[in-house]
Parts: sequence; structure tokens; C-alpha cells
Amino acid sequence: MIDFTLSQRDEAILENQREQAMLCRKYARYYDEHEEEFAPDVLPEADSFESKPLPETDSARDTNGAVMGMLTTMMQNYGDYTIRLRRGKGGLGNAALAASGTPEQVERWRGQTLAMAITEPGCGSDSKAIQATAVLDEATNEWILNGEKIFVTTGCRADGVVVWATLDKEAGRGGIKSFIVMKGTPGFDVTHKEKKLGIRADDTAAMVFRDCRIPRDHLLGGKESVSRKGGGGFKGVMKTFNMTRPAVGAIGIGIAQAALDFTKEELAREGVVIDYMAAPHQRSAIAEKLIEIEADIDAAVLDILHSAWLSGEAKPNNTEASIAKAKGGEVARTATQRCIGLLGSLGISREYLLEKWFRDSRITDIYEGTGQIQRLIIARDILGYSAAELS
Amino acid sequence: MISFSPSEEQELIQQTVSEFAQNEMREISRECDETGSVPREFLEKTWELGLVNSMIPEELDGGGMERSPVTTAIVLEELAFGCASLACAALSPTTFIHPLLDFGTDEQKKEYLPLFTGTSFHAASMALAESHFTFDLGALRTVAEPKGDGYVLSGIKRMVPLGDRASHFLIIARSASNEGIGGVEAFIVPRDAKGLAIADEGEKTLGLRALPLSKLELERVEVAASQRLGGEQGIDAAQLFAAARTASLAVGLGLSRAMLETSIPYAKERYAFGQPIAQKQTIAFWLADMQIEVNSMRWLIWKAASHLEHGLPAAKPMALASSYAQREMIKIADNGLQVFGGHGYIRDYPVEMWYRNARTITVLDTVAAL
Repeated sequence: MIDFTLSQRDEAILENQREQAMLCRKYARYYDEHEEEFAPDVLPEADSFESKPLPETDSARDTNGAVMGMLTTMMQNYGDYTIRLRRGKGGLGNAALAASGTPEQVERWRGQTLAMAITEPGCGSDSKAIQATAVLDEATNEWILNGEKIFVTTGCRADGVVVWATLDKEAGRGGIKSFIVMKGTPGFDVTHKEKKLGIRADDTAAMVFRDCRIPRDHLLGGKESVSRKGGGGFKGVMKTFNMTRPAVGAIGIGIAQAALDFTKEELAREGVVIDYMAAPHQRSAIAEKLIEIEADIDAAVLDILHSAWLSGEAKPNNTEASIAKAKGGEVARTATQRCIGLLGSLGISREYLLEKWFRDSRITDIYEGTGQIQRLIIARDILGYSAAELS
Repeated sequence: MISFSPSEEQELIQQTVSEFAQNEMREISRECDETGSVPREFLEKTWELGLVNSMIPEELDGGGMERSPVTTAIVLEELAFGCASLACAALSPTTFIHPLLDFGTDEQKKEYLPLFTGTSFHAASMALAESHFTFDLGALRTVAEPKGDGYVLSGIKRMVPLGDRASHFLIIARSASNEGIGGVEAFIVPRDAKGLAIADEGEKTLGLRALPLSKLELERVEVAASQRLGGEQGIDAAQLFAAARTASLAVGLGLSRAMLETSIPYAKERYAFGQPIAQKQTIAFWLADMQIEVNSMRWLIWKAASHLEHGLPAAKPMALASSYAQREMIKIADNGLQVFGGHGYIRDYPVEMWYRNARTITVLDTVAAL
């Protein structure tokens, strides 16, 4: 049955998440301004805070868990993008491991934080253009990796990285495979930590692989054959993104909701009232804009939940995951932009978090595929076009 | 628990209505728009489907389905996918029936609902819009003054669906003693009530031309206390308005989906500079945006409808859905027309009609009532 209400239990979990989020906010400004420091894995408040257990988030088995996963992501980011009461272990690479790893691999690297390294100085979403290479040394049963990766989220903190490299540039997507490389492997160096507009407390790394040798069974999924018809390892990455794209939308929307609530509260203090039943000519322009932003956020929330719900039901959600990401990123960006506009010159003051939310949210329409890349995916799906037919 | 899954019953209805819309509506849509009329035969066909009286209880010989604003939204989306004006015409009696189901006393239900359980189409509708540009539900100019045990209604109602044939109207009026939304009342008024004048000529509009709309003038129309909807309890005007508005948004949604799903094959067939225009990113991205917004609007509308279904205050989710849909429906119609270029502008294609209908439904949502 079509329904948009939450159970009392889920409401309580989200309320608990909200309380956590508000604690985390206390540290948001400090680590934004001290990007050279890592925020602690466990905040001092964690000791006295009793966390309600989150529902099962194995989306393949539990629909409500998949939906609640998005709602809790939103709530965590309502507090702060990076700061968590207790930092969980897990990066994008862990999602790739879960989606594409063999059971042995999943077991072996359980509990390790794995970043994901796809982007290179010369290519982003167009990952078939990857230049990093992997060559098999049959004599030693080792892969030899060479190449440069940038924009690797949590690349500095992570224990290891899932790195994308090609076995055969001629084969395009079919030649791309992913490899697990742990920190400390000779030839693997993190060279640089990026300085960014926002999400400054989050580490974003650049790394190089120079004749970096890893054991043969570090190839994720274990399939060494190169497919000439595309697919291969590339399918793995897309599968990963179907799980993570809506979550990026959820991150953005959590931030947007924080910005809207702050703006509404401050304006309410100044006497701006929102009457949802008021006739258009009775509504102030500022109230009208607040309602528009709220409607945009609600639309994005529902797109995100729809995508998560589909994956929970084990239904295809390629288009819907992109819709969730496209809408979430767009609304995150525009809502925070508009909120600053509504608050005027104090809206930019670093005394408040609004300007930080404006900066932090901007990434969500960029990473894991820009809004334009998402539209490309959606358009191909609804038009029945291949990547070659619509690029 | 959050779920986007229609019930089995809803899926079945959706499928039936979708087929009906394809087979019975698209073909006659243009002619009905040109002539500004709705064929009797068409209304009878929708009547046979049981869409109008489906939610009237079985003991009153209705369809006996649960009163579900979500189901109504699903039905209206599918019908409007066929043709928005015919969808409105066919389901206009529900603007009378559904408030009666939601707020009517047992006596009122027993007296008026059987009008709609016969074998042929029976017209009745709600009269909400008024004769001035600043429509405000909280400050209606149609007034109900108490007189003896009953009331006297005075005012002008505009854009009243099926006004040319309705046997009864649900007149929305402000009580003389109570200000704001809390003072909004609904009265069941028969067509032949003394003092009720229905303009001979129908309202002429930009879009939804097949939907008959009338101007009503009420000059000291006397009604008994028993004709006040809900009896002594009256109505919850905010919920009534939210239900009406949510339903009309669903019409806009169906229309938007029609625009999207018609633009896709056209953009693939239409060549420019050696390739289909769909292969150009500008067009492809418009289509992607249309898909994004059709989805987004549907969830917002379902959410508002679901609030109504749970008996939760629906004014806010309705206002959000409405704010969103008013912006996006126009954009979809606009971009759809642009995809068709000159062909979007000529009346050989339905596109220009849908463009007019989109502009119409987004304002009829505040004034008329579905």
C-alpha cells in the first residue's frame, strides 16, 4: 500500500539520529577551519550518548532498511557532512567490495576502510578513458600497477583503496578492472590532500602507483578475462553507483534541510510566517520562496526514497538512482544558494553554519557523476539509447 | 512504513483505466476540444467503468471500494494521460460525491448518494471559484447567513464543472459569523433552487475546453439546515480543499506524462543535421528533466493523498505538491512543445492543446475543484 508514514520505532531512531547530529554540529565549524587536522573517530560526547541501533541496511533483503538508510544519511548530514559521533569504518571502496568482491575477498578485507580510486587528472565520469594500467607478471603471480589517481575520498585515512586500471586500453570499458591495494604496499603513495571549497574536514587524496606490485588475487571479483563487448569490471562500478548515487542525493538533501530550517527559524524570529493555506495574494514573497524551497526538498527526498525502496524490493533502479542523484544534488545546491539570499548579508557570516552548508552541499551535484552525467543516464534509459548513440 | 507500491486493487484499476484512456480518449480528444463539448456517449462509457461511484458504499448500491484519495490520484493520472478535459468532465461528479463521503451525515449520504448509483451518468459538482481575481478560501465572498433553522446563500460562483447539466451543486460559502478557513461551509443546493441562476452560455476558456464550465449566481437562495454538509458538525474545509486540489494536481500529472511520452518517440523520429534530435544533448536533457519532474510530482501528489487517506492534516503536503507542480507542469508543457517545434504549434498534433491545458489545470487547481 502506498504510504509515507514512519513507524513509531523508525521515528524514534530518526529522533535519536537528530540528537546525535546536533551534537556533531558543535564541531562542524572547528574542523572546517582546521582542515589540516582529522576530526576524531569518536567525539567526547559519544560516551554519554546512547545510540539507538539502526535498522538492517542490507538493501537486498530489507526494504525498510534501505529506506531508513537514506533517511539516516539525511539526518547525519543535517548535523554535519563529515563529523560523526562515532565514525563508521567504510568508504566507497567498501561498497564496491560488497557489490563485486568474491566471498573470500569480502571476508578478507572485512573491517578495513577502503577508498575508491577511479578519477584521473584526465578523466572523471568517462571512466572508460582510464589510463592507469595493470599488467600481470605471470612469473610472480602479481599485478603491476602504474598510474595516477585524484579526488579519492578518504584516501588519506583509508586502510586501502579499490583502484580502477585497464588491462587493455583497446578494449575500452571491457578492459577495466578493479584492484585492492593496501596502504604500505611499495610503489603506492598518497601524494597530496586537496584543498576544497567545502567538505574541508573530509580528506580528498591524490595518489600514484609506480610499478606497484600486488598479489594476483587482489583483482576484485577475480575475473581476469577482458570482455570485448564492454561491461566486465565496468558493470561492477555501475552496480556500486546504483547503491551510492541516491545516498549522495541524501547527503545533499540533509544539508539543504539544515539550511532551510535555520533560515525559517531566523525569519520566524523576525515575524515571517508561513501559512500553507493562504491565498497567493496574502502570502509574502519570502514565504512563497520558503515554500518553494521546502517543496523542492520534499520532491528530492521522495525521489531518493523511491530509488532506495526499489533497490530494497530488488527491482531495477538505474534510472531512479540517477533521478535521485540529479534531483538531490540540484536541490542541495539551489536551496542553500537561495537560503543565503533570503537572509541577506548576515547569511554569509561565518558566525553561522549557513555559508558552510552552501559550500558543503555544492559537491553533491558534482561527485559520483555530475547532474549532467545523471541526465545522460536518464535520457539513455528513457530513449533506449546506448552510450554510443547518446554521449 | 514507507512504500511506493500500489495495492493489487489499485494496480488493476490503473491498468483498466490506462487501457480505457488509450482506446477511448485520445482519438476523440481533439474534436472535443475544437467543439468545446463532451460526448454523452463518452460519459456513459466512463460511467460503465464505475469510476464515479466506485467509492460509494455497497449498502447504497455503490462500488463499495474504500474511499482512497490515493486511488483517485492514480485514476485521474491515467485518465488525464488520455485527455485532461475529458478526465475532468467524467469525474466532476466526484467533486460532489467525495466531500459527501468524507463529511456528509448519514441522512445526507442516504439522500444524495443514490443519485449516482443508477445506470446512466448523473451530473453534480462543487462550486468553489468566485468572480474576482484574488480568490481566497479564507475570505469567500459567497456568504451563508442564518435564517430561521436554515441559511440564505448569496454570491457568484464561476468555473463550475458540469454546471450545464448538474442536478445538484455543492456550494462553498463563508458563514456570516465565522472568519477564515474555519468559517467555510458547504451546502447542497438543487439546480432548481429558487434564486439560483445558471448562465445560459458556458464559460469560455484557454484550455480544458471539453469540460463544461458555468457561472452560477445565487441571490438569496434559501436552504434548510439539513442541506448544510456535515449537519451541525459542518466540514473540515482545509481537508476538503486539500482533497480537491490534490485530485486536480493528479490531472496535471497525467497530462505531463502524456507530454513526455509523446515527446520521446517524436524526438527519436525527427531528424536535424543528419541525426535524430533526441541524440542532441539539449533535447535529451529536457526529456530527462521531464522524466525527473513527472516522478517527483507523482510522489508529492501521492504523499498529499496519503495524508488525506490517513486522516492527517494535508494542507502542508498539498501546498508543497501544488507549489512544485505549478512550476514543473508548465515547464514540461513548454519544453514538450519546443521539442515539437512548429509541429507543436499547429493543431494537427495534440501538443498545443496540452500546452493550453497545462496552463489551465495549474490555475483551475486553485479555483475549480476536482
